[in-house]
Amino acid sequence: MAVPVLDSTLRLSVPLILAALAGLFSERSGIIDIGLEGKMLGAAFAAAATAALTGSPWAGLAAGVGVSVLLAMVHGYACITHRGNQVVSGLALNILASGLTAVLGVAWFAQGGRTPQLPGEARFLLLEWPGAAALRDMPGLGAVYGELLSGHNLLVYLAFLAVPAVGWVLYRTRFGLRLRAAGENPHSVDAAGVPVPGLRYRALVCTGVLCGVAGTYLSLAQSAGFINDMTAGKGYIALAALIFGKWRPVPAMLACLLFGLLDAVAIRLQGTDIPGVGEVPVQLVQALPYILTVVLLAGFIGRAVPPRALGVPYVKER
Amino acid sequence: MPFPEEPRNTAEGAGAPAVELRRIDKRFGAVHANRDVSLAVAPGTIHGIVGENGAGKTTLMNVLYGFYRADRGEIRVAGRAVAIGGSQDAIAAGIGMVHQHFMLVDTFTVAENVILGVEGGALLASGTERARRELARLAREYALEVPPDALAGDLPVGLQQRVEILKALYRGAGVLILDEPTGALTPPEAGHLFRILRRLGAQGKTVILITHKLREIMAVTDRVSVMRQGRMVAHRDTAGTTIPELAELMVGRRVLLRVEKGPARPGRELLAVERLSVHDPRGAPRVRDVSFTVRAGEIVGIAGVAGNGQSELLEALAGLRPVSGGRILLAGEPVGSGRPGLRRRGLAHVPEDRRRMGLVMPFEARESAILGYHDDSRYRRAGLLDWAAVSRDTAGKMSAFDVRPAEPRRITAAFSGGNQQKLVLAREIERDPLVLLVGQPTRGVDVGAIEFIHRRLVAMRAAGKAILLVSAELDEIMGLSDRILVMYGGSIAGELPAGRATEQALGLLMAGAGTRRAARGAR
Repeated sequence: MAVPVLDSTLRLSVPLILAALAGLFSERSGIIDIGLEGKMLGAAFAAAATAALTGSPWAGLAAGVGVSVLLAMVHGYACITHRGNQVVSGLALNILASGLTAVLGVAWFAQGGRTPQLPGEARFLLLEWPGAAALRDMPGLGAVYGELLSGHNLLVYLAFLAVPAVGWVLYRTRFGLRLRAAGENPHSVDAAGVPVPGLRYRALVCTGVLCGVAGTYLSLAQSAGFINDMTAGKGYIALAALIFGKWRPVPAMLACLLFGLLDAVAIRLQGTDIPGVGEVPVQLVQALPYILTVVLLAGFIGRAVPPRALGVPYVKER
Repeated sequence: MPFPEEPRNTAEGAGAPAVELRRIDKRFGAVHANRDVSLAVAPGTIHGIVGENGAGKTTLMNVLYGFYRADRGEIRVAGRAVAIGGSQDAIAAGIGMVHQHFMLVDTFTVAENVILGVEGGALLASGTERARRELARLAREYALEVPPDALAGDLPVGLQQRVEILKALYRGAGVLILDEPTGALTPPEAGHLFRILRRLGAQGKTVILITHKLREIMAVTDRVSVMRQGRMVAHRDTAGTTIPELAELMVGRRVLLRVEKGPARPGRELLAVERLSVHDPRGAPRVRDVSFTVRAGEIVGIAGVAGNGQSELLEALAGLRPVSGGRILLAGEPVGSGRPGLRRRGLAHVPEDRRRMGLVMPFEARESAILGYHDDSRYRRAGLLDWAAVSRDTAGKMSAFDVRPAEPRRITAAFSGGNQQKLVLAREIERDPLVLLVGQPTRGVDVGAIEFIHRRLVAMRAAGKAILLVSAELDEIMGLSDRILVMYGGSIAGELPAGRATEQALGLLMAGAGTRRAARGAR
């Protein structure tokens, strides 16, 4: 029982991890991004629609990433170029994505907002590791290798590889150093001769790309098409995970895994009898991740110190 | 005159000036911040720029450093005209700047702060290594020791400033601009900074020092330029000028620098503080077991480096902060824990930060002028505010305190800092309180207004009021106070009568009872 639950934990965590890393780029550069949700949703729709038309998951991925980056640039135009309120802009993008995907879905595919069911070759399929089938029935390591590690789609592996990669970019490269400085004290970046707006736009491009992959995962890997509002708050949960992780890649990933685990347990518990309690109401089980979010946000995790310049539009003195 | 008034004819002496600004003009909307300003700075010298707040010094230097683009004018570095469109260009031209508010990332190490912007490649590893070696060399050459792996935010202010200087030197700066560098330093730290600056000058670096502290100009510069209202009004050799002359050039008229006051005639105790302790909201002690008294007809000054509990003490006395131990007596009566009606009992407070605590910036002057006294019967008619009475009252205060322009309906934010401060003082002093608590009465206030404010405080003293003065300006403390208490780490490190208080004696107390380690500004 443990291995299947962990297996689905991994799969359920993937969009959270990708979105949290996306948010990390934006927020470490000083831009609040509550628009993760909208970017994922837009990407999920674009990926599904494109894959339905072309039959290629790669074209779908490209479209998903493209739409997500575009939305990120809108956010940048409002928040960086025009120094608008970052929360309002993010919220507006979420509403825009939610409405636009529904309207376009109905207009283009006439299936009540869904995109057509995708055939296997238009999706990201599971990759079977060598020898996995043979080892699957072996208890212990065999099961871990055969079920937990093998048998996921490409995007799952990509998400977990992205964690150290983002850490490396953030802490070992020039771009990462400047990005972190822009989120803490943008005046220092400007004084060092590096324009702050360009830096923040580039951070938002990274955010867009990662959100695009996350959205594509939802509609081309986890499901076989787009369903209305299929992100279901994952963008907000990813943001919460980013905060628990104190804006660091590995702790943020661990927080995402925790949420994924809760989700997996919730699915597992549906309709099962717990001795002495009886059947757990589905609604309660489904609410678990959100309850955890509230409890953790209420301060169980200790004080999370955000990047100091987070949410403050950069204006040169005077 | 070894260095001519007109910067156009500067070819004599040691060749071209290190930096030359020709006819710089800069406007911000209606504000003409720099009008046709010219300046030449000889290589290897320390050149001071003085002027009142708003005279345009910082704007001029920000033009030189590429933060702003001048509307007109030319910048020449070592004889060559350069186009400076951004900080990057200034850095490339060999100009470095130490800003008034440090441009450090608190969560970065010293080395990371130093390499920011000049990482030397897409990856950090090699750049950090090079920075470490270079920092060690600069530390030896200029006495600029800083631990390279310490977090910038953990360093005391004096060391943070060294990091700023190191940043400029690491970028190969030949010209170093320092904007009000001693604002947050103890006298010993300031002394160390000046030694560093002289050493930089001796090694051929050119230093431009912006300050409003004339004694620093006299102590460290070779030449000085004076700005007033956006114009450059004079250039002088430091050796050939005096503080009164510079002050007069800055203000445009004669200024009394020394406050004239008669001998103190202290009367009864109006304010007594007994073993007072204050904790901040996180529970850290900020004021520890402090006791003192202030008598009628005396000014007691509290000196100390910012952050040693003076602000918390003042706010606790004003009833703005809860007291965690000890008691406060106002005219012999203990002040209750809730401390209601403190102001009605004769306590007035001029807060340290007038913008945050003294005034409401979007309010009209007449609204700001009755803050806290709005329920007074004078301003009331039929249960509503009598605005005609408020306006009359405010106009009276404005003329008594020379607030300009004397328009009660003008928005508070539209007054200059000095006039805002005079408005706060008018509000508090015109109530004829017994005890006046004053924090930083002349911070961000120009020389002319400083003179006025000091005279009013001395007049309060002559009228038999008890005045407690908290100030970061040692000159102000020494000039006004009858007794001086020095705070360090939340406690009173010592008390000196005004007659015995020298800058050295106060400086040692401010640095923690004069231990050598603390005096160097190290932790």
